[in-house]
Amino acid sequence: MTSMTTPGIVPGRLQADDYARNFDDLYPDFEPHEAMVAADRCYFCHDAPCITACPTEIDIPLFIRQIQAGQPEAAGKTIFDQNILGGMCARVCPTETLCEGACVREMAEGQPVEIGRLQRYATDTLMAKGIHPYERAAPTGRRVAVVGAGPAGLACAHGLARHGHDVVMFEARPRPGGLNEYGIAAYKTPHGFAQDEVEWILQIGGITLRHGMALGRDITLEALREEFDAVFLGMGLAGVNALGTEGDDREGVRDAVEFIAELRQTQDLSTLPVGRHVVVIGGGMTAVDAAVQSRLLGAEHVTMVYRRGRESMSASDYELNHAATEGVRIITDAMPVAVHGNGAVREVEFAYTRQGPNGLEPTDDTFRLPADQLFRAIGQRLDGAPEELELERGKIAVSDTGRTSLRRVWAGGDCTGGGEDLTVTAVAQGRDAAADIHTQLMG
Amino acid sequence: MADLRSEFLGVKSPNPFWLASAPPTDKEYNVVRAFKAGWGGVVWKTLGLDPHVVNVNGPRYGAIWGADRRLLGLNNIELITDRPLDVNLREIKKVKRDWPDRAMIVSLMVPCDEESWKTILPMVEDTGADAVELNFGCPHGMSERGMGSAVGQVPEYIEMVARWCKAHTRMPVIVKLTPNIADIRHPARAAKAGGADAVSLINTINSITSVDLDNFSPEPMIDGKGTHGGYCGPAVRPIALNMVAEIARDPETHGLPISGIGGVTTWRDAAEFLALGAQNVQVCTAAMTYGFGIIKELTAGLSLYLDQKGMTLSDLQGRAVPNVTDWQHLNLNYVTKARIDQDLCIKCGRCFAACEDTSHQAISMSPERVFEVIDAECVACNLCVNVCPVENCITMERLPAGTVDERTGEVVRDEHGDWTQHPNNPMASAAE
Ligand SMILES: Cc1cc2nc3c(=O)[nH]c(=O)nc-3n(C[C@H](O)[C@H](O)[C@H](O)COP(=O)(O)OP(=O)(O)OC[C@H]3O[C@@H](n4cnc5c(N)ncnc54)[C@H](O)[C@@H]3O)c2cc1C
Ligand SMILES: Cc1cc2nc3c(=O)[nH]c(=O)nc-3n(C[C@H](O)[C@H](O)[C@H](O)COP(=O)(O)O)c2cc1C
Ligand code: SF4
Ligand code: SF4
Ligand code: SF4
Repeated sequence: MTSMTTPGIVPGRLQADDYARNFDDLYPDFEPHEAMVAADRCYFCHDAPCITACPTEIDIPLFIRQIQAGQPEAAGKTIFDQNILGGMCARVCPTETLCEGACVREMAEGQPVEIGRLQRYATDTLMAKGIHPYERAAPTGRRVAVVGAGPAGLACAHGLARHGHDVVMFEARPRPGGLNEYGIAAYKTPHGFAQDEVEWILQIGGITLRHGMALGRDITLEALREEFDAVFLGMGLAGVNALGTEGDDREGVRDAVEFIAELRQTQDLSTLPVGRHVVVIGGGMTAVDAAVQSRLLGAEHVTMVYRRGRESMSASDYELNHAATEGVRIITDAMPVAVHGNGAVREVEFAYTRQGPNGLEPTDDTFRLPADQLFRAIGQRLDGAPEELELERGKIAVSDTGRTSLRRVWAGGDCTGGGEDLTVTAVAQGRDAAADIHTQLMG
Repeated sequence: MADLRSEFLGVKSPNPFWLASAPPTDKEYNVVRAFKAGWGGVVWKTLGLDPHVVNVNGPRYGAIWGADRRLLGLNNIELITDRPLDVNLREIKKVKRDWPDRAMIVSLMVPCDEESWKTILPMVEDTGADAVELNFGCPHGMSERGMGSAVGQVPEYIEMVARWCKAHTRMPVIVKLTPNIADIRHPARAAKAGGADAVSLINTINSITSVDLDNFSPEPMIDGKGTHGGYCGPAVRPIALNMVAEIARDPETHGLPISGIGGVTTWRDAAEFLALGAQNVQVCTAAMTYGFGIIKELTAGLSLYLDQKGMTLSDLQGRAVPNVTDWQHLNLNYVTKARIDQDLCIKCGRCFAACEDTSHQAISMSPERVFEVIDAECVACNLCVNVCPVENCITMERLPAGTVDERTGEVVRDEHGDWTQHPNNPMASAAE
């Protein structure tokens, strides 16, 4: 019988119902009564700091007031007016660093209004009714190509379609949604929500999805610029940073994003193999998600190792605490120096780091962690951007409204430089680019 | 989106939400902010004749809060405008010119003599305002000077002043009623008799919100003393709703346009006023508590409700009035029993305490804390429903006709039967 202590990378470490429980909604939707109690705490602040802290500037006091007034559907509409992926954002936003972090009640009591969960309650209520609260304007005859069906691309496409433009989305992967479908932790968006949301967004009409179409492989930017009135690039970050450590190519060493994508596409998680001793290198959301989900799949020991201090980790305190609660061990200020093993990884050797004259450097103080699986989660990067585009620190250079260096080409989301790499930021950028494209097309 | 455009006495506004005469409508600056936020109209803060009154220079408000500081009731000792008449008139004229699509109503309170009204009305007319509202309501300060509720409490005065106003202006005249009276129908009838075009209600209710138990003074305390003030906000809504309904269904005033005021805070409150016969609503405390931004919730909410019901605004107006009746006409053959949903019950026992101690001993409690209704005792009073902390855990279910009410041993009848026909009623009109 396979169990948590079975050596190697094997599937089925847990009982069937453990998987269902482990990967179910981390925070289930509010019951109506819970929502009323949570909503009651909102003060309807003037010029509310929570709005400013939301990258899509949702009118939070208004939507919470609408919940108080017994109309969660109206609240949902208020949210979607600013953020058409408000349902996903309610599930995946690191609210503790965004709206809830800015809530006056967080400041006063260390207990913010539960904006994220209230947002989910409102958006779920509206979506469950099958209502799509927008109508497409009369067709304009203008055509726009959107590359990448992630949050940025979807928000942009919806905005454009609403204005009556025809949108064709080119998506390299077999399914739309971007990292909503292939990246976000499974327990944040279970029950096929990512696909349901895409379907709901497409109800606006006027959007054609073309799968298996990769820019640079199946299509060129030049051709798109010729065929369409405008192009929006929202292709995220397809590349992954390498460790550059000796033994990095051993069996059992893998990119965390690829593992997560496989996990997200696996119907029966008891068939997904995972190590007994898992080591994750990195300090961001991807590292946390790989570590936590390894534990949830039944890995006995999971350790996250980050080369700097905890304060430099891009994962929030909240995410790190969640990882710790799930039994992930977090080691900071250490970097990998060698991956040992005979063909397959067996141990990873780390050195503690210190700040040297030329930046971070390893010390002589080393230690080894047993590992039959090692995940690299030290960042993604833009891969295969069309050459004619100007880049800035490795990402597509854009203006506030997403204009690139090329005429009639816009970009947004992770593939561009502005803002944090978050779902909600991608939505804001896609939305704003759509508005600018519309103005340009009609101007 | 339902069409919220509204008309009151021929005065158009983009929605049926006006700001009531009070600090939110005190001057151009506030009113312009309100219009920018989307309010349909305003009743300007009550004007009086110069020399203008003065207000206290200490606190004007007292309040009642819920545990989380939610403001439930507000009390004030503010008087009418404390700015010169010509300043107000100039601003009114300017705002009306800049915002022609919004309702501009001017509230007035001058001494109870014809000359005073005759003086001020043309001045208001000159501003281009849409109508006047006669403030017969303020319960403090002004009433001591023979104005406000001192007039509003005497139907003959109301009729007299309304008549003067109708004689001296072509503007529509709204009479704002005070609730500090035994039967609201009398001042409403008087307003109508005097020729008023509409009534608005309620103004604030005489009150002392709290007493400082260290200094032994009512709040708000001014140098060791306090006075009664006018109560408003969510707490007064039930009183206002009843008064609106009474006027709406009174045969003598039926059809007289009503502007509903008192505790309107959400779209729902507004919808309830409209259903009970108001043609529009006025808001004061909710705006004072949360700012003008609440208009977005009010309009979006009312519009969504109308859409969901497939109704227009005018369909809603007065929709519940035919269903407001006198006690004697309530159907005594409508027999219900409380029902406890055991899956929802959290076993707190509040229903038991309420029924056992203060009602009809109709709930049983087992050693395992299972609470059940005893049909043979349950009079269907609804107290347990109201004290149960879990919504919909206790419901009232109607006994179908033909079944036996275990409490009375009688078969539940199908037909309507009320007190007017009951054998115990010495005045019963229909024989058994
Ligand atoms: C593991 C992980 C967990 C995360 N968790 C969170 C979280 O909890 N909360 C949060 O806010 N953010 C989270 N993020 C970040 C968030 O997912 C991204 O910021 C967001 O998805 C960016 O949206 P996007 O539309 O720019 O790119 P993506 O979501 O990456 O979408 C890009 C799309 O373009 C397609 N594409 C790529 N190249 C091409 C091409 N050449 N031609 C055609 N199509 C192409 C891709 O297949 C993809 O569908 C997480 C990221 C990762 C990796
Ligand atoms: C501070 C304050 C001042 C008010 N001043 C006036 C006034 O000058 N004239 C008037 O007709 N009503 C006045 N009112 C009464 C309001 O217009 C309104 O009738 C009452 O507050 C009930 O509505 P609400 O519950 O929405 O506040 C005042 C109310 C408050 C709170
Ligand atoms: S900051 Fe907090 S209390 Fe204030 S409006 Fe936002 S959610 Fe409500
Ligand atoms: S609300 Fe404004 S005017 Fe009133 S006491 Fe406070 S600061 Fe002063
Ligand atoms: S009050 Fe409600 S929850 Fe409490 S015991 Fe009675 S039925 Fe149950």
